[in-house]
This record gives sequence, C-alpha cells and structure tokens, in this order.
Amino acid sequence: MRKSKRFAAIAMVAAFGLMAAACGDDDKTDTTSAPEASTGDTTGDTTGDTTAPVDLNVGLAFDTGGRGDGTFNDSAARGADQAQTELGATVTELEATNAEDRQPNLETLTDAGNGLVVSVGFAFGDGLAVVAAANPDTMYANVDGFYADATENVTFLSFAAEQGSFLVGAAAALKSESGHIGFIGGQEIDLIKAFEAGYTAGAKYINPDIVVEVKYLGAAGDNAAWGSPDKAKEIALAWYADGADVIYTAAGGSGQGTIEAAVEADAWAIGVDSDQYGTATPDQQGHILTSALKRVDVAVFETIKAFQAGTLTGGVQVFDLSTDGVGYSTSGGYLDDVVDQLEEIKAAIIAGDIVVPTMP
Amino acid sequence: MSEPIATEPNAPSAEGTSANAVSKLVSLFTGRSQQSALVTLASSLAAVAIALVLAGILLWATGKSPFDAYSKMLDAGLTNDKLLETTQRATPLIVAAVAVAIGFKMNLFNIGVEGQYLMGVFWAAVVGAYIHLPSVLHIGLIFLVAMAAGALWAAVPAILKVKKGVNEVIATIMLNTITLSIIDWAFQEQFRYEIPGQLDVKTKVLPTTAWLPDLVKNRLSSFIIVALVVVLAFWLIVYKSKFGFRLRASGANAVAARTAGISSNSMIVTSMVMSGAIAGLAGMTYLLSTSHAYGPTRPEGYGFNGIAVALLGRNHPAGIIVAGLLWGFLDSVAGPLQIADIPQSIVLVIKAIILLTVVIVNEVVGRRVAKRTADRTAAQLTLPVVAA
Repeated sequence: MRKSKRFAAIAMVAAFGLMAAACGDDDKTDTTSAPEASTGDTTGDTTGDTTAPVDLNVGLAFDTGGRGDGTFNDSAARGADQAQTELGATVTELEATNAEDRQPNLETLTDAGNGLVVSVGFAFGDGLAVVAAANPDTMYANVDGFYADATENVTFLSFAAEQGSFLVGAAAALKSESGHIGFIGGQEIDLIKAFEAGYTAGAKYINPDIVVEVKYLGAAGDNAAWGSPDKAKEIALAWYADGADVIYTAAGGSGQGTIEAAVEADAWAIGVDSDQYGTATPDQQGHILTSALKRVDVAVFETIKAFQAGTLTGGVQVFDLSTDGVGYSTSGGYLDDVVDQLEEIKAAIIAGDIVVPTMP
Repeated sequence: MSEPIATEPNAPSAEGTSANAVSKLVSLFTGRSQQSALVTLASSLAAVAIALVLAGILLWATGKSPFDAYSKMLDAGLTNDKLLETTQRATPLIVAAVAVAIGFKMNLFNIGVEGQYLMGVFWAAVVGAYIHLPSVLHIGLIFLVAMAAGALWAAVPAILKVKKGVNEVIATIMLNTITLSIIDWAFQEQFRYEIPGQLDVKTKVLPTTAWLPDLVKNRLSSFIIVALVVVLAFWLIVYKSKFGFRLRASGANAVAARTAGISSNSMIVTSMVMSGAIAGLAGMTYLLSTSHAYGPTRPEGYGFNGIAVALLGRNHPAGIIVAGLLWGFLDSVAGPLQIADIPQSIVLVIKAIILLTVVIVNEVVGRRVAKRTADRTAAQLTLPVVAA
C-alpha cells in the first residue's frame, strides 16, 4: 500500500497548494454593483454598452491578491467609493485569482455593461490591449500601465512617484539624528526603483553625506514581495540596530513589517501610497513619520469624473506634485517643524528648479 | 496505477514470457490490478459529485443559495466565449497533467512540473527572440528548446534519485524555488528588453514567425492541437509500446520488474526526462499566442494544477482531457461569480475538495478491489495469502 499512501500525500500537497492560493483572497469580493448587473450571459449586453453614460457604470479590476493591501489597491478602491457617493457611480469590483484571469475579467466587466473599466496595475497590459481593441465603445483606464500603440479608448494613469519620494527623503534626512536611513523596496522593478531614486535624491539634497541603505524584497515577478511583512521587519530591525533611524518602505503590504519594527526599535517608519497613519494602531502611529502619497484614489476619481463629463480622451495622464497626484502626509504632526522647508522644496520641484531622477 | 496490468492485452509479443511473468508477479504483489476502468471512472465522478455537495453545504452555511450559485456557474460558463475560454485555460493544464502522469506511471511524483514549464517558457522566449527562421521551423525550434529546458531541469532530481537516493518529491519542490531564482536572475541581468515608458518589462518580443496562430481570434490558440497530439502520444507510448509496458511494470512494482530484467534506474531517468520535456511545453500558449515574450507577469500554477488534473483524470489520457476542461471551466466562471456576489473562493474550495475526495474514494474502492483480488488469487493458487 506504499503507493496509495504516497498518492494520498501528493494529493494533500496539491490541495494545500491550491488552498494557499486561496488564502488572503477571502472576503475581498465585496461587489458593490447594482443587483441587476448581468453576469455576461446571453442577454446581449455586449451590444447594449454603446449607450451614453447616463447611468454611470464603472468596472474596477484588481490584480491577484490586490485588494486589502492597505496601500496601493485600497487607494484605488477609495477613489471608486468616492465616485460612488459623490458622482452616483455604480462600481463593480472584480479581483483576479491568477494571471490568466486578467483578460477575461476585463471582458466580464465590459460585458456587464460598464462604460468605463479601470484596471489597477500594469500587469493588465496584455489583456487590456486585446479587450480595448475589441470593444471600441467602452473606455478603459489602467493605473501604472503603459504600452505603445494603444487604442484611443485607453487612458494610462501614471504617477511621478519619485517626486513624493523626494519629499519624504528630504523629511527623513531632516529628522534623522544619526545620518543613517534606509529604503526597502518590493519587487526590484523600474516602478519601485523610481521610489528609491527620489528618496535617495531627496535625502542627499538635505544632507549630502547621509548613508542610505537599500534592499529589495524580491526580484521582478516575485509577487510574495508585496506580502512579506516578516522579511521587511527582519531587514528593518537589523538596520535600526545598526544605527539607522528612519526607514521608507515601498512594498505594498510588506510595509507593515517596517512599521512593527519601528515600534520595537523606537524609531521612524515612512509609509507609502496611502497615508498609513490612518490605518495604523495607536502605538504604531507614534512611529509613522509621514507617508509618501501616491494618490491612486485621486486618479481613479478624476478619471471617473472625466468619463461622466465626457472629457476622457485616452492617452497618458500624469499625476504629479502640481496636481496633488503625489505628495506627502503630515498626520501626527511630526513634520510640523520642517513642513515649511518641505513646501519650499515642493514648490521648487513644481517650478522645475529641482529635477528628480527616476532611476537610482 | 489502476489499469489492469496483469491482463495487459496488448503486451508486445517480443516481451514474451518475461512479460507474463512480470504481470503475474505484479498482480500478486500489488493485489490491486483488477480495478476496472468503469470503477475508476465512477470513483472520479463520485469525487466531483461529493465535492459539489460539500461546497454547496458551505455556500448554504454562509447564507448563499447553492442552487443559485451553481446555476450562475452554468449560465455564465455555457456561453460560446466562456467555452472557448475554458478550452484555452485547459490547454496548459492538460499538457502539465500529461507530464505529471508520465511520472505517476513510474510511481514518481514530479512536483517539479511548475519549475520545468517555467524553464521551458523562459529559455524558449530567449532563444526564440534572437533567431530568424521560416515560421514552421521557428516554432518547431522553440518547442524543442522548451522541451530540452524542461527535460534537463527534470534530469537533475532523476539523477539525484538514482545516484544518491534523494527523494524526488523533496528534490523537485526545492528545485521549483531554485527555478524562480535562476530565471529572475537571468531575466534581470541579461534578458530584460526595455521599452521606454513601459513598466511591464519583458524579454525581447518574438519575431512574428514564431507567433502561433489563434483558432478563434484572441480566444483559442491553435496550441490546443499540439496539446491533443501530446495526449495522443502519451497514450501510444504508455499504453501501446514496449517502453510503456516496462514503465508501468516498474512503476507498479520495481522489485518484480527488476527480477524480470527491467532496470528501474534507467526507467526512472527516462520517465523523469520525458515528463520534464512535456512539462516544458505547458507554457507555450502564453509564450507563442498571448504574450509573445517572457515577463514577470507570467502565469503560474500550471504545475500544481496539473497534478490535480492528473489525479482527477486518474492519469488516463481521456480522463486528463475531461479533468483539464473541468478545471478550465471552474476558472472561467470565477469572475462572473464574483459579479453575482458569490465568493470566487468557492471555485478553489470545489477544486480542493475534489482532490481530497478523489483520494478517499480511490482508497476505499482500491482496498475493496485489492481484497477481492487477493482472495481470488489465493483461491487459484490455493496458497495462504499474506495480507495485501
């Protein structure tokens, strides 16, 4: 019976493998759609979505494990929520469970009669190109993405993340007593390297001799990098023990580990994308110096608003300091003594007097 | 593991008496050779039915109507577009399941299909992008590179097992992790191909001569034909060839097979390498039909889902196709279910319960059949039977 035992063991491995994939996805399926939203059956919705946006129906597609990260994806959801309350939009959310869901999910949202489909994350690129070309009457927006030769119904929402990072880098240098700070990135991809580049440049702008530690949690494609608070915490604790006193983390849900480490080491952490002071526990709040804001919520809301007004035209929309698409938070008041200096730097960046690098 | 080895009707005559001897030995030692195809089919169907009932109870317990959920699944899934999507999603799973099944036939558990197909995709993407050939040759060469990459990568645990007695399950699991590191390193350091402004960085895009045409534009790749050829080849090799007979004999009972002159070491290496070669092809829909390059936004999980499909399909060619389509169908309705406010996780729950029930049902049925066989053999030989 040795064989059947091994057979059973292997089935267990496979079953756990499947279930591990399910972990963390639970309860994230809060569909906020109107109940009459069709499921894309044979009722011919595909031909019906050419109607003008009288009813403001918006689809919101998240990537795998996206929803509930406390930063980037939730920020997109907040923008959609705002559109729901302020513009009367009906928002249908759909989260991918694997890479192959991306294109079908965009299709499902299109077929459900949404006039605008917003996808969160550049990974949607390939699927979006196919779906957008096949559905010229539906508008599409993609957060962070870009591909060449896109059709006219695609708007790319792009962020000057390096500018916000420059400001929190300057804040870190102003607040650091040891002259030793750190940066933890998620995947080592250009998107995140822009955060690193801005942060380092901002810190050196204040203190040219400052020491900036840099570490990434994973290589490109290593999705675990966005959800490994344990790894971030380990790195942060080591750096704090080594004399660093401010650490900025641009790694999605992993940033939670840095915040925990900052509490243990009685040092500063810097949040990313959303104002993480707002979602932190009271004992953590005392250790969140600031957050580099990447206002995905603003971008999503403005896009829906433009769509409603009929002014959404496709192409690349850049959200930067000048439009408050990126920025820094002041919750907790820890930056009160340096905020004037930061505002001067901000004005200099907007005026073009300071050019922030996008690559380290 | 379930087909009747002892009564192998198509055993090549060249094997002659030694084959017969092996069959008898195998059936005597394993005592579970008589499980008919019908019983196998019934136990798989029962597993699916039980899983649907259990998942239904779960839905009901969380305040959702199971009937509503299942009818939504059928409504959403049985449209033309979704059936094409089902087939498209099933294609890589079927190929991966064949790779797993080849290992299973030799009583080897190739958990490494996950890593082997990624190796196949990556190296095929790299080599394919830098050569120029007429279309048929280009695609053929890419297939060869993918198969070679998968085969070489699968040879590592095979050699470790033969030379050092390292359990292939542990070796392949560890190699999966190593695969990711190697590919990430090679991609980052050598083969990134930057397109200004594009964050979704990939390897260099394949020349159009390497693009596999779609049977239905943007919905169904012609790679499904290759996948079906792979299944057919699997059937011919494993069930109709001398090699396949040896493979199954060694898998069923290595000691008996060795007694009959079949080297189990060479069978281990050969079957692992074959398994890896097929695994290397699993990602070809992605590479040649949808993405045309390798990138970090690649699909993942073909290997693990392939194990599930092979288990449910009971390693039988037809079973694998049906199980693959079922998996593809479940994946394709997850999105519409979410829109209908039914947790998509129910799809994963159904898959997991199917797997567990397959094992349990198989075990129960297997024991019964084993006992009956043992009794019958005892009666024939009029010998006391050592517990099977």
